[in-house]
Amino acid sequence: MAGTKGVRLDRDKALQIYETMNDIRCFEEKALSLFEANKLRGSVHLCIGEEAIPATVCSFLDDSDYIASTHRGHGHCIAKGAGLDRAMAELMGKATGYCKGKGGSMHIADLERGNLGANAIVGGGVPIAVGAALASKMMHADLAEQGKMPVAVSFFGDGASNQGVVHESMNLASVWKLPVIFVCENNGYGISVPQWQSTSVKDISVRGAAYDMPHATADGNKVPDIFKAVSKAVDRARHGEGPTLLEFKTYRWLGHWTGDPCVYRTREEVEEWKKRCPIKFMRSYMTEKGFASDKELDEIEARAAAAADHAAEFALSSPEPDPALVLEDVFN
Amino acid sequence: MSIKTYAQAIKDVIAEEMRRDDRVFIMGEDIAEQGGIFGCTRGLIDEFGPDRVRNTPISESAFCGAGLGAACAGMRPIVELMYMDFTLVAMDQIINQIAKTRYIFGGKAVIPLVIRGQQGVGRGNAATHSQSMEAIFMHFPGLKVAMPSDASDAAGLLRTAIRDDNPVMFFEHKALYTSKCEVDDSPDFTVPFGKARILREGKDITLIATHTYVQKSLNVADKLAAEGISAEVIDPRTLVPMDWDTMTSSVAKTGRAVVVHEAHRTAGAGAEIAAELSERAFKYLDSPILRLEQRRARFLSISVLKMPWYLRNRISTTPAKKLFTERDAAVLAEVNQIDT
Repeated sequence: MAGTKGVRLDRDKALQIYETMNDIRCFEEKALSLFEANKLRGSVHLCIGEEAIPATVCSFLDDSDYIASTHRGHGHCIAKGAGLDRAMAELMGKATGYCKGKGGSMHIADLERGNLGANAIVGGGVPIAVGAALASKMMHADLAEQGKMPVAVSFFGDGASNQGVVHESMNLASVWKLPVIFVCENNGYGISVPQWQSTSVKDISVRGAAYDMPHATADGNKVPDIFKAVSKAVDRARHGEGPTLLEFKTYRWLGHWTGDPCVYRTREEVEEWKKRCPIKFMRSYMTEKGFASDKELDEIEARAAAAADHAAEFALSSPEPDPALVLEDVFN
Repeated sequence: MSIKTYAQAIKDVIAEEMRRDDRVFIMGEDIAEQGGIFGCTRGLIDEFGPDRVRNTPISESAFCGAGLGAACAGMRPIVELMYMDFTLVAMDQIINQIAKTRYIFGGKAVIPLVIRGQQGVGRGNAATHSQSMEAIFMHFPGLKVAMPSDASDAAGLLRTAIRDDNPVMFFEHKALYTSKCEVDDSPDFTVPFGKARILREGKDITLIATHTYVQKSLNVADKLAAEGISAEVIDPRTLVPMDWDTMTSSVAKTGRAVVVHEAHRTAGAGAEIAAELSERAFKYLDSPILRLEQRRARFLSISVLKMPWYLRNRISTTPAKKLFTERDAAVLAEVNQIDT
């Protein structure tokens, strides 16, 4: 597990994050086109416009750290290290997917890399992340002194922030001082319901005060802002000092799911947010800082697009699961 | 071997398994200094400390879910619920998460998690603290379901549960905690899951019972014997996995069966057992398989809680042969009436 002290958003880190953001964007666009071509079925929730958060948060983690994700979980899965090919195959329910096709878009998981799964129940993954953090603390408390305790990141949305279990979990993590980072990806809507109709506070992070944990809100479309907040929270967790609640404000460009008519918001609002594209922002940030040339960045984008194409081909040509195996994997 | 109560047997096994394997720990409500309201964890805090014997907030969803996360991350948690009725508070975590995780991960998760606690009538705990919850957890794939009916099975089944690499719902019964019997003290004494126990052999009728109704059925069998009727008594021990072979063989031999449990009759474990045995042993049956339950409304009225009269009266006052032949229709009508 990487210590976070002194981790800076330098050229290498920025390139890594930029690559991940582009991988996620291209993957999601490809998933959408497959859905529209009726090659991919079921409930598919895309995170286009929100890529900066998973890419930045997971850049602090390695395979010994855990994440628990949400129904909008493809980005988290990729950022935690999953390959696009097997991820796309999982979305399509193919035998070559990370879960042999048994998880699908809403349950894609990759335990080998510490991904405890997307979760189709809003808020459902939050206590699971807390449990992984509990295990980390019980098994690796000795690493806290060097700031190397494995951590768990609990991703959830503004909608989940109103679920009882999320509050229970924050309280539990705080009481037990567990190495958890609660990451609220606030995209402003719980499906169609805007935050002001459902949520008592403007900044969800203030709820951290109720559980006596440090909390902060930052712009979820700006990698450097996310980076700064996460760096502090991960460092604190790795040193055994307990959980943090971070809220990143962002926006999903597409509907709640691929078939959402989006009657609850205006085109102008969407266009306004598209101007704040996290990838464009990061690109100009990196250029300004002299981290990379346009050519290098173009190459990253082209590579991501090619990887998504390859993932689609891989998934399309992968075999369906053997129906004879449908009852396997219920028990060990 | 030594004589132990059901509660002592449970506590001893938890302690032994915690000594044996550092990954085993327990968390739940009031389990540390207080030792659980029925004493099943009394003293464990002194030996193992607060890291491995954790009092939780009253947040069943959070700590059941945390059990899952900890299990996925390499621990072997035991989660104690003060009353198994409280599983209802944590149902999303238990059914949507714990039961399904291994399957939806394509078999990659190993989930050695025990959720245990007591249920049932017997102490006047009223409507939300006296229910029988097991049928719900049989219904959804992914959970094993254990129901020990005496101290020996409590020890043997719990050790199996803790060593199992799957989620186990472990249902104790509050009225059994003070019951005693001889228990094998060997640190490796286990009772395998999916192996029913034939407590008494018979040839005329099979009584299939769980929890407190095992002993009650044995008492009934004594009375029936005095009337010349030979009853076989079977405790399935675990409802998932279920030992269909033993029960099918028994019914094939006797031709008649009654499933007796405290849970509601409608869609209870008894309904599943009766339906499955009807499919498996149809050609051997001389009468429909009956289900007897704790009277549906009984636990709503504290005054009648201590009356285990129902089963005794129902069967022992009527010769079983008669009960299940000429009078089948009348008996079924009576049984149905009990439900209304």
